[in-house]
Formats: sequence, C-alpha cells, structure tokens
Amino acid sequence: MSLVSLPLLQQFLLVLAALVLFTSFVLLSQARLVSAIHAFAWQGGLVAAVTGVVAVAGSSGHLYFSALLTLVLKAALIPWMLHRLIRRLELERHVESLRWPAIVNMVAVILVIFSYWLVLPMVQQELAFTRNIVAISLAVVLIGLWMMVVRQQAVAQVLGFMSMENGLFLAAVSATAGMPLVVELGVAFDVLVAMVLFGVFFFQIRQSIDSLDVDRLNRLTETVDEEADLEFSAAPRRPHTVTARPAAVEEAE
Amino acid sequence: MDHLLNAAAPVAAVLQAMLYAAAAPLLVGWIRKVKARLQNRRGPSVLQPYRDLRKLLAKEVRVAHTASPLFRAAPYIVFAATWLAAATVPLLAVNLPTAALADIIVLVGLLALARFFLALAGMDVGTAFGGMGASREMLVSALAEPAMLMAVFTLAMTAHSTNLAGVIDFQLSNEFALRPSFMFALGGLVLVALAETGRIPVDNPATHLELTMIHEAMLLEYSGRHLALMEWAAQIKLLLYGTLIANVFFPWGIAQSFAAGALGMGIAAVAAKLLLLGAALAIGETVLAKMRLFRAPAFLNLALLLALLGLLSHVILEVGA
Amino acid sequence: MIMSAALSLVLLAVVLALASSAASLFAARTPTVIRLLAMPLFCLAGMAALAGGLSALLNGDAITATLPLGLPWLPWRVQLDALSGFFLAIIGVVSFAVGIYGPAYVRGFEKGRDSLVALGGFSGLFLAGMMTVVLAADAFLFMVAWEVMSLSSYFLVAFQHDNAANRRAAFLYLLMAHVGGLAILLGYGVLASFGDGFAFDAMRAATLSPAWASVAFALAFLGFGMKAGLVPLHAWLPEAHPVAPSHISALMSGVMLKVAVYGFIRFVFDLVGELQWQWGVAVLAIGCISALFGVLAALMQRDLKRLLAYSSVENLGIIFIGLGLALLFLSTGHSLPGVLAFIAALYHALNHALFKGLLFLGAGAILHSSHERDLEQMGGLLRRMPWTGFLFLVGCISIAALPPFNGFVSEWLTFQSALRAWQFDSGVLRSLVPIASAVLALTGALVAATFVKVYGVAFLGQARSRHVRHARAVPFGMRAGQAVLAALCLLMGVIPTGVIGALNAIPEQLLHSGLPQAVSHNWLSVNLAASNSASYSAPLVAVLLALIVAAVVWVLHRGPVRRVRRCDAWDCGFAPPGNRMQYTATAFAQPIRRVFAHLFLVDEAVVPRNDGGQRYQLTIGDRTWGIFYLPVARWVEAASRRVVRLQSGNVRLYLGWTLLTLLVLLWIIS
Repeated sequence: MSLVSLPLLQQFLLVLAALVLFTSFVLLSQARLVSAIHAFAWQGGLVAAVTGVVAVAGSSGHLYFSALLTLVLKAALIPWMLHRLIRRLELERHVESLRWPAIVNMVAVILVIFSYWLVLPMVQQELAFTRNIVAISLAVVLIGLWMMVVRQQAVAQVLGFMSMENGLFLAAVSATAGMPLVVELGVAFDVLVAMVLFGVFFFQIRQSIDSLDVDRLNRLTETVDEEADLEFSAAPRRPHTVTARPAAVEEAE
Repeated sequence: MDHLLNAAAPVAAVLQAMLYAAAAPLLVGWIRKVKARLQNRRGPSVLQPYRDLRKLLAKEVRVAHTASPLFRAAPYIVFAATWLAAATVPLLAVNLPTAALADIIVLVGLLALARFFLALAGMDVGTAFGGMGASREMLVSALAEPAMLMAVFTLAMTAHSTNLAGVIDFQLSNEFALRPSFMFALGGLVLVALAETGRIPVDNPATHLELTMIHEAMLLEYSGRHLALMEWAAQIKLLLYGTLIANVFFPWGIAQSFAAGALGMGIAAVAAKLLLLGAALAIGETVLAKMRLFRAPAFLNLALLLALLGLLSHVILEVGA
Repeated sequence: MIMSAALSLVLLAVVLALASSAASLFAARTPTVIRLLAMPLFCLAGMAALAGGLSALLNGDAITATLPLGLPWLPWRVQLDALSGFFLAIIGVVSFAVGIYGPAYVRGFEKGRDSLVALGGFSGLFLAGMMTVVLAADAFLFMVAWEVMSLSSYFLVAFQHDNAANRRAAFLYLLMAHVGGLAILLGYGVLASFGDGFAFDAMRAATLSPAWASVAFALAFLGFGMKAGLVPLHAWLPEAHPVAPSHISALMSGVMLKVAVYGFIRFVFDLVGELQWQWGVAVLAIGCISALFGVLAALMQRDLKRLLAYSSVENLGIIFIGLGLALLFLSTGHSLPGVLAFIAALYHALNHALFKGLLFLGAGAILHSSHERDLEQMGGLLRRMPWTGFLFLVGCISIAALPPFNGFVSEWLTFQSALRAWQFDSGVLRSLVPIASAVLALTGALVAATFVKVYGVAFLGQARSRHVRHARAVPFGMRAGQAVLAALCLLMGVIPTGVIGALNAIPEQLLHSGLPQAVSHNWLSVNLAASNSASYSAPLVAVLLALIVAAVVWVLHRGPVRRVRRCDAWDCGFAPPGNRMQYTATAFAQPIRRVFAHLFLVDEAVVPRNDGGQRYQLTIGDRTWGIFYLPVARWVEAASRRVVRLQSGNVRLYLGWTLLTLLVLLWIIS
C-alpha cells in the first residue's frame, strides 16, 4: 500500500487522524485550563470530521447522524459545560505546568510507538490504512490515560477521560465504520451524565478539601473520622493528626 | 545541444547565487513594508535596505582597541558561508550543479559555521553585550537543531534522499498526495525558521534594547563594510529559509530545464511564493509578541514535537506494512 | 615482501618506544636526556607506526607472525590486518605530533621535583603497550599489553603525586581500569572455552549459542566501554585526564580511548560471530546517553582540561552511536548501510584522535605559558599567543563538526547512515533510529556552544587575571606539534573520498562487504547511491568558501574607504568596559544550564562574606555518582564487612579453614 495509490478522501482521513494525535499531545502539556478545553473541543471537532468523511466514503446513513451528534456533544456542549464549571469554580486563570514536560512528552511518544507495535499483527485482510488509524486511536486512548496520571488538576483529569473516549470512538469509526446507532446513543448519553456528575462532584471535593488538586484526595482518609466536625469547625485547611488537634474540638472515638 | 546544456548549468548556478544576494534585501524591504501598512504607517520604500547597505559600505570602519584579528575576519567568513549555503537551495531551477554540491545536512553545517563565527565575533571585544548575545544565540540554536534535523529526516525518509533537488524531484514526479508527515514537518520547519532567522516571537530584529537582543547584540560593535556584510548575511539567511519552505514543500512552478521560458516561470513562481510568505511573516510578527528568553525552549520543543509527529505519521500512517 | 615490511616497521616502532623508555632511565643524572633522546625516539616510534599502519591498511592483507616470547605452550601471536593497521596509524600520527611537542613542554618539568625518569620511562612503556594491544593475535598477549598500558598510564596520571586530589584521581583510574580489565578477561574466557585455546583464530572459528554470545558481548561491552569512558562508567575520565601532563592527556584522550574502541570492534565484529540486533539497540542507547551527558557536563565546566575530558566522553558516545547503527543494520541483513555506519565510526575515531590531541596540546601550551587551567582567569590569549590561538581555533572548528574540517565529515556519514533507517522492516526501529539521530543533532549543536564558550572566554576578549595578561608565546616545537595535527584536520576534511576509500579495506576484511566502487572512487564528492540522493563535495565547498572570501575582500578593499580606525568599545556612555564586565564561562553556559538543570545536581548559593560583601557559589555535581557509584561502593563495603568476620585472629580457626579447603580440593580432584 502506498500513499499515492489511495483515493484523495482516504488521504484526507489520514491527515485528520494525524491532527487528532496532535491535539492529544497539546492537551497533555497545555498549562492553561481554558486553552486545554479549546484543544479538547478541536479534538472533538476533528473526530466528528473523521466520522463525516467515513460517512461520505461509505455512504452509510447513520454515520451522518453520528457525526452531527459528536460535533454537538464533544465540540460544543461538553466544552461549554466545562467552561461554565470552571467559571463557577473560579479557575479561569488557573495555570498548572508540568514539572518535567520533556519527560512527559517523551513517554507520550513512546506510547505512540508502542501502540503502533501492538497493532502490527492485526488481521491482514483489513485495509492497511484503517489499521494505521486504529494505531492512532489506541495511542490517543493511552495518552489520555497518561494525561490523567501526570496532571493534578481535577478538570484536567476529566479532559483526559474524555479524550480517552474520543480515541475509542475514533477506533470504532475507522475500524468498523461505526457502531450500531443504539450503542452510540447510549454511549453519548452516558458521557453526558458523567459530565453532569463531574460538575456536582467537583463542588463537593472543593468544599471538603478546599482544593481541586487530586493529589490531596488521599487526605480524605484522615478526615473520615472527623466528618462530624465539618459543621462545627471551619473546613480543615490541612489534615490534622489526632494528637495535634486542640482538645476542645476533639471528638474521641 | 548537450554541451550547451552543460555550459548553461554552471551559468544558471552562478546566476542563481547572484540572484540570492541581490534579492535578499528586497524580501526584507517587502516584509517591513507590509508590517508598516499593518501598523497604519506608510513605511519606508521597498528598496530602502539597498540604500542602507550602500551607505554602510561607504562608511569608515571603527574597531575597538581590544578586538583581535578574528573580529575583522568574521564578517567575511559569515557572509561567505551563508551565501554558499543559500546558493545550494534551488531557487529557480532544480538540476543545478550547486544542488549536487551539498545536501541539507551540509546546508545546516554551513549555517552552523556562520553562526559559530558570529558568536565568536560577539565575544571578541570583551563587552557584556556580545557575550550575552552569543550565549543566547547558542541556546536557541542548540534547541532548534534537533527539530530541524528531525524535519529533514521526515522528508528524507519519504523521498529517500537528503539532496534538496532529490526531494523536489520526488514531489514533482509523484502525483499529488496529502501527506500528514510533510504537513507536520512544514509546521516544525516554520517554527525553526522563525527561531534561526531571529524574528518575533524569538528575537526582535528591530529592537534597540540590549536586554531583548539576541542577533543585534552580537553585531553591536560592527560598523561600516563589516556591518554591511553581517546585515546582508542575515538577509540572505532569511531568503534561504523562505526559499526552503516555499520550494521544497510547494515546488510547483520550479524550472526543470534551462530553457528561458522555464527559468522565467521559475522566477515568477518563486517570487509569488516568497511575497506570500513575507506577508504571512509580517502578519505573524504584528500579531505575536516577543517571548522572554526562557520561553523559547517551550517554543522549540513545540517545533520538535511537530517534527516528531511528522516522523511518526510517516511510519504509522504512510508506510503501512 | 611489502607485507612483512609493514610488520617489521611496526615491530620496529615497538622497539623504539621501549628504547625511549630505557633512555629515560638516565634522566636522574642528566635531565636533558628526556628532551634530547627519549622524546625524539618517541617521535620516531610514532613515525614508524604510522608508516607501517598505513601500508598495512592500504595493502589490505592480513599478516600474522609468532613471537618467540610468552609461555612455552602459549607463544605470543601478532597479526597486522587492515583494522590493526588503521589503529596503528592513529597511534602513530598522534605520537609523532606529541614527540615533536614534547621536548619543549617537558623542559618545564626539568627543574621540578617530580621524577623525570618516571615521566619518560612510563611514556615509552605506555606507547609500546598500546601498539602491542593493537597487534595482539591471542588473548594472552592482549591482556598483558592491556595491563602494561593501564599501569603505565596510572603512573603517568599520578606523576604529580604531591597533590592529594591527583592521587585520588589516579587511584580511581587504576581501580576502574582493573575492573574493566577483569570484565574483558572474562569475555575472552567465554570465547576461549567454546573454541580451543586463546588464539584469536581459534575464537573466530568457535560457534557460540546466542545466549553465551550475548554474555560474551555484555562482558566485552562492559570492559571496553569502561575504558572508553561510556556513561555510567565514565567517572574516571574527568578525574584522570586533567591531572596528567598535557602531552600525556593528549595521548590518553586521543589514542588510548581509541585502543578501547579497537578492542571492542575486534571482539564484537571479528571474534564473536553472529551479530544480534539487541546488541545494536544497547550500544546505540548507551552511545546516545554518553554523547548527550558528556557534552552537557562539558558545557558546565570551568577547568579547561576537565571540559576536554568530558568532551571525550561525548565523542566516544558518537563513535558508539555509529557502531550501534552498524550492529543494527548488519544484524538485520542490510549490509550497505551497516558498512556505511561502521566506516562513519572509524572515521570519527580518527578525527577525534586528531582534534582532541590538538586541543589537549593547546591546553598544555596555555598551561605552559600562563600556568592557568581555569577558564575564568583566562582571556585575550589570541593576541598574546597568536599561533597557538589560530591552531586551537582549527581544533575548535573541527570538534564542533563544521565544514570544511574533518569533524563534519564523520558526523555527515553518521547522519547519512542513520537516515537509511527506512530500510528496516520493523516500524519500531524505523522510529527509534531517527530519534537517536535527533539526540545526535542536539549533541552537535551543544558542542558548538561549548567550544564557542571555550574559545571566546580563553582567547578572545580581555585578560581576566594578571598572569594571563603576561602570557608569552610558546616555543617553536610546541607550535609545530600542534600545526601537524591541525594540518591533518584540514586534510581529512577536504579529501573524504580518499579516506573512505582507504577505510573501505577494513569492512571488506572483517565483514566481507564494502562500499561499492562508485562511492569511494569519485574524488570530487562523496556520493552515496545515486548522485541525486546524498552528496557532499568537500574540496569544492572548501575552495568555494575561500574563493568567496577572497573575492569579497578584493571587491570591498577597492572601495574609497579602506582604513580601519581604532576606538573604544561601546560603553553606553558610562565607564569603559573593564575585564570583569565580560561574560564569564559560567555566565555563558547559564541559559543552557537552566534549561537542562534537572540532569545535574546544581547547587547555587549566595553566601555572605566576612567583609560584608556577597559571594556567588555554584557547584555542579554528577548524578551518576549518587545513582550508580555510591550504591556500588556501599554494597562492596557491606560485603567486605561480612567477609572480614573470617579474620577472627584465632590461629586454630585459620588452621581449620586450611583443613577444610584441602579436603574440598582433594574431593574435587578425585
């Protein structure tokens, strides 16, 4: 298979897939939350475009609907909801830079090479170019998970999760020309519900530990005993060990 | 007919080299004009850089007491290396003998030679400005080099050749194809070109503040014909990178024979491409602001990432089995 | 007849080196014998080795002989084939230059307290040892010569042993040389156990299982890599090379490291047999890490000789990148790019010997005339030592891999062979090899930065201390030695096709395939495959550069204004710039240090001084000490503490151990 022998539409598809990979790298190391949401919106838009092109090439009807659904959901609705969430959490100017960006990017590159290697022995009767897009989508999934590992901000974790979902969708569209419509509707609805739940959950976390840094979630284990104190004392800034707390407020177990 | 062609080739090569030296100030003048218009000014004439060069060539040379012979020799070496590097990039026609002289890696090497002597000249007089310029220039170039070579490799892996003529021939002889690897390599190369030629957002070519200078700081002590040579070399370098981007990634229009018609078409095509690129650069410089020096590594890492993605797209998407 | 003439020339060279060593024994009585007799003999030994090695390389046949020395059932065998000839030529040319440089340099030690007998005696032994290592055709002679080489260089490193730091450096060097030597011996042991005997011919004929071959490879890589100074086994290099006398540092960095490369090539490409691609990946990875780490560490140094030592680590990394690529290509069946990578590695070995020798000799010249090794005290030396400055500039341009000098050719060849990665079947290799070459590109750019720093701070600008301001030019002999190496740097850069053609004999002999005629026999340009695919016309580039410079100078000097007037430097209207206002070496490297800070242990502090002022302190440590050396040292100490319990002091217990050992041995024999 050589690139020039493919029809133009399929070459365009490869370009779009490469751009999706690029947006997932941008998501990984983008320091500003608002720009990260924009990158995610672009990723959603590109995945919708891929669906649209596959629909045109294969002319299967339900893929048009699926492309539209992805565009509305991933490129418009969910970014808007995240934007609103960020404004309510007052995180608009939040900047979180990675500690070792070079190493993070290097690992992401290695994940891409690894997913390529994994996909290599896939069935030969599949067109080689769809196999390659499956490699890209697996890479997007892995990079989404890696993003959840390296980023500390909770909203960034949501973006990582969402981009994993984007990768899976891309794999489904390119390898099997889409899933049955019912399955897609179900998945889309699940994602929407997850978004709403995230919004509610974030407020709870912030109220309880006064920060949205996921690393601080491990302190929740120490505050379990003192949950009853939350109404009486101010929200604890730092977890106190039992011995360090003032005796007056101490609740012996 | 054959021997005519054989005689025409070196003549065309020399013509191309002369054209590089002659057209470089024109490109810079065009960019300044567009920038001025974007800033609601009329701006100097497009020919102003020529007048500046002529003025400098006629002026007396003042050299500091502490300067060594290297200070006086450096402008000639910088100019010669940059001009020779530019002469190997196909401007008008593809099959010139100068293209067989040096491939992309030699091109990068010649530019590195020019930069080496430029940095040494900066350190020569023993002032703080020169040292600062040299130190910053070496940082930027050290980080730009892997990105540039990675972009070159992406091209070479597809075209199986590092000669610029080979890559252009490959593009022209195969049918048009949308290659994600070339797109990413183009993106990376554009960012590297901005860094290497000292344009915003990496360096401000029109600044007078020492703390924001990189290239200007190394030239601070030069005057007269030495300064003319250094400025001219910088302009030729800009034209070199512009031609590299225009003719390697969008080679349609370049002459593939030495007939007068083909050469004329070549000149017209490359002039159009360069005008567009110059305008795009001017717009970019107006819209963006210069970054502080320690944000330049992030910028160049983006270039490296783009080039890497180009390579990965080539391996994963384009080659298949 | 020419064949045995080459071998006899080389054996003559060994004899001359030993004679130089013997002549130095009289140095206690008459100190001038070193520079009048021993050094000229040294120089003649170098010439003979160069002549013999070149004729062996160009004639391309392998000659073997058996010396009437050694053990009765294990006589010493020597062989002179193209590979040995090439490395002998490298040894010869650098020793020749050092022999010319030596007399004037050694004169500075004649009035000192250090023993001249040791200096001259061990120099000759060192040279003889190195030449014999390259000649050896059986493991026994190889190890004996290797030990002679290591021990004599230890004594040379410990030459100025009054200083405790020098003694520590020498001890570290000795320790690591012996650990490496042990690994090499074990490697030969593995090969010998599969063959029948210690002769290289027997080892070549032996067939090993892939697992044992990997074990032998790992041992050889460990041992030769330690001697070559690859990360993380490099710690001895930046300690030992700076403290030796400068002409010995030139020999150690320029030649001894190449002997380690020779040993590795001989072991892996010649003796082991079937190559495996995993070895190539390991060698490529370690080469990349060494190259990057070496150059970054070099950029941070302020001691000139230590900087050059770290730069040797980097260049050896580049040589091993070439060897790793060769292993990868050859083991996957692509012989043409593999041979190309192999030749690139050999070319870089030659180039490094030339320009690193030149740079160390230049550092010795600076040390000789200003007694200064610290870059922060130097400055403005170009106007005080013009010839040394010019020749050092040639060395800096060569090591920064800039056309038209020799460093560029070997880098170009390495890049070209890495670019052939599209021929790999495995997509993973096709992605990893270009990433390795991006690391190589980063290294090359950082080397240019390092040597701009070195040359700019040391030779340009204004002098930063009084004794540097009063430095004088060095004697003619020292300049001549440097000039020889500098001329060769230019020559090797301008006739790459001739050198590649000569080098082609080595893979033809070792790997039974070479570059096709089209590549090497076009004198004008190096064309790989089709002429449209990759080409570099070195002589034309050099000539055109010179022509353009001459033309521009001529055109501009016919203008109306030719005069140059001197004035003060630009000072913004304030006081004239003093020598303390210049950029220091540390300041020059600061941006790059800040970008790569997490690779080093950087300790910056501003401490108040007694007189109320403040002092800025910067220490840059090597992370490998904490990660690798200290844990190993602690483990060895813990193990020895446990073994010490055997020494309880009780006589009867010792007798009991003796009885036990006797019983075990009797049981084994039965």
